[in-house]
Amino acid sequence: MGSNSSSMNNIPNAEQLVQETGFSAAHILRLYERFQFLDKDDTGQLRPEDFGAVRELAMNPIGDRIISAFFSPGQETLDFASFVRVLAHFRPADSNRTRDGAQPEPANSSMRKLKFAFQLYDQDRDGKISRAELLQVLRAMLGMQVTEEQLQSIAERAIQEADFDQDDAISFDEFRKSLEKVNIDHKMSIRFLS
Amino acid sequence: MEDLWGVAVGVFQVWMFVVVFLIMLPAMFGLSLGVTGVYIQILVHILEWATLRIQRGRQEQPDVPVPLPNGIIERAGGSMEEEVGQLSGGEFALSDAFYFYMKGVESIVDDQVTQRFSSEELASWNLLTRTNQNFRYISLRLTIIWGIGVFVRYCVLFPLRITLAIIGLSWLVIGTVLVGFLPESSAKNWLSELVHLTCYRICARGLSATIHYHNRENKPQKGGICVANHTTPIDVVILANDGCYAMVGQIHGGLMGVIQRSMVRSCPHVWFERSEMKDRHAVTSRLRAHVAAKTKLPILIFPEGTCINNTSVMMFKKGSFEIGGTIYPVTIKYDARFGDAFWNSGKYNMVSYLLRMMTSWAIVVNVWYLPPMTIQDDEDAAQFANRVKSAIAHQGGLLDLAWDGGLKRGKVKESYKEEQQKKYSSIIAGHNGL
Repeated sequence: MGSNSSSMNNIPNAEQLVQETGFSAAHILRLYERFQFLDKDDTGQLRPEDFGAVRELAMNPIGDRIISAFFSPGQETLDFASFVRVLAHFRPADSNRTRDGAQPEPANSSMRKLKFAFQLYDQDRDGKISRAELLQVLRAMLGMQVTEEQLQSIAERAIQEADFDQDDAISFDEFRKSLEKVNIDHKMSIRFLS
Repeated sequence: MEDLWGVAVGVFQVWMFVVVFLIMLPAMFGLSLGVTGVYIQILVHILEWATLRIQRGRQEQPDVPVPLPNGIIERAGGSMEEEVGQLSGGEFALSDAFYFYMKGVESIVDDQVTQRFSSEELASWNLLTRTNQNFRYISLRLTIIWGIGVFVRYCVLFPLRITLAIIGLSWLVIGTVLVGFLPESSAKNWLSELVHLTCYRICARGLSATIHYHNRENKPQKGGICVANHTTPIDVVILANDGCYAMVGQIHGGLMGVIQRSMVRSCPHVWFERSEMKDRHAVTSRLRAHVAAKTKLPILIFPEGTCINNTSVMMFKKGSFEIGGTIYPVTIKYDARFGDAFWNSGKYNMVSYLLRMMTSWAIVVNVWYLPPMTIQDDEDAAQFANRVKSAIAHQGGLLDLAWDGGLKRGKVKESYKEEQQKKYSSIIAGHNGL
């Protein structure tokens, strides 16, 4: 918190971002300050190492995955617009939104949130969570606390419960079906103060 | 030329008269002429007016972001136990990862640790340039008042304070050296206390510190250990205004070293060489010896180990709590309206920090002495440390955080991640026939 009097004029495409993401102008300004805080060498782009400044993230078992969720596959840098677009997924859903067919689905709809969460598991973006990918996430969350057999049995159970077409992988639809009782909006939303 | 010189001497004489008789002498005896009280009242009125003016101005300019002293997101959501394994009755569910996902993204947007190592963001501007983060030009009157404030602070208050600080420090060095020549006796102790007290009071005036002590019946006694939350090196001056403590610390070079060496002549402080500091056992045994001799002054320790920005209390290092003896907790809370006392050692060195202190409006401080605590049979040093920390945080209205202040500088240890993993596995492992 050391920057002073940054205004909307310094932020590239600020207006467009407000329209696109639904963040208010004040929120965009706050996020820009945060972006600048993380961007220690002032290049206007973030790299995965820059997220190391966030101490709490280093303690998170799936911290690395979360960081890579911000970067599109193959990309090594992140500009402010992409940073904000990713965070837009975590806005609470707008309650009084009327949708016509022509409007694109907003980033923070339940469907988009689910898709985003799906990508956390499905790292190779092939549209399916394979057994190996599921095991990877489980290993990250449980660390050395469980043995290999225990891990395999947890993964086995999870796939059996969700995999309807018996192809030993969880597709997006199967993912969605198995989470239909979960309040996605509640679990995948960050409340921004205004 | 002669006239000019005469005028200059005259001004200087008046100046010294004001400093010595109106400020220094009353300070030495712990009296107050009431001027500071009136000054603070006037300041409060001005700042309240400024706040209202800014709020009105903000309503006319809706695009300006409102300052958020508690961060930009609301950390709702329950603990891991509440969020994970609920639907599936304690077994793994695909939605479990969401909990970690959310915590991670929350910390990317606004993390609790970094917040503590930068100055507190005020809810309203206190007319100091350095705290002007989101306040823009609002009205002419406000700017004029700010301009007058700059003049008053830099040209009137600052020279006064510098003079006092210099007098205070030199008196400390000279006085303690003189007392050091006396043989050991109760008279020497009494004299040494007098010297220390008076010059700390002068120094406090030099920083324009207004201190309110609460619950003085709980003041630390001889042979005890006084622990307090740490915000700035000035904490020492604040506490020593009301009693004598044995300081603990590293021997520095330069001016600090001179002061330290002279202080130890008159009463037993515990100064360590740099090499000794690494050896925890040596440190603990020396402190233990000091405490065991019940006639020695109480030791002053800051268990956080580093300066925090006075909105929260971070993890207390358990070393201080292994020494034994009675612990006297003290809470120090600075009133941020009048000046930001936090020393951001990464950003400012000592000299520029002191300069900032002397050009703030004032340093208003509340000190609460809490009832003494001792370690219970069924707890270990770490739990005792946490208990004391909670008591201190609760009294001062500070956030009680478990984060280690050492995170300011160092990398995160793997063990923190393991703790998270342990917790998660204990939630879901139970029901999987494991």
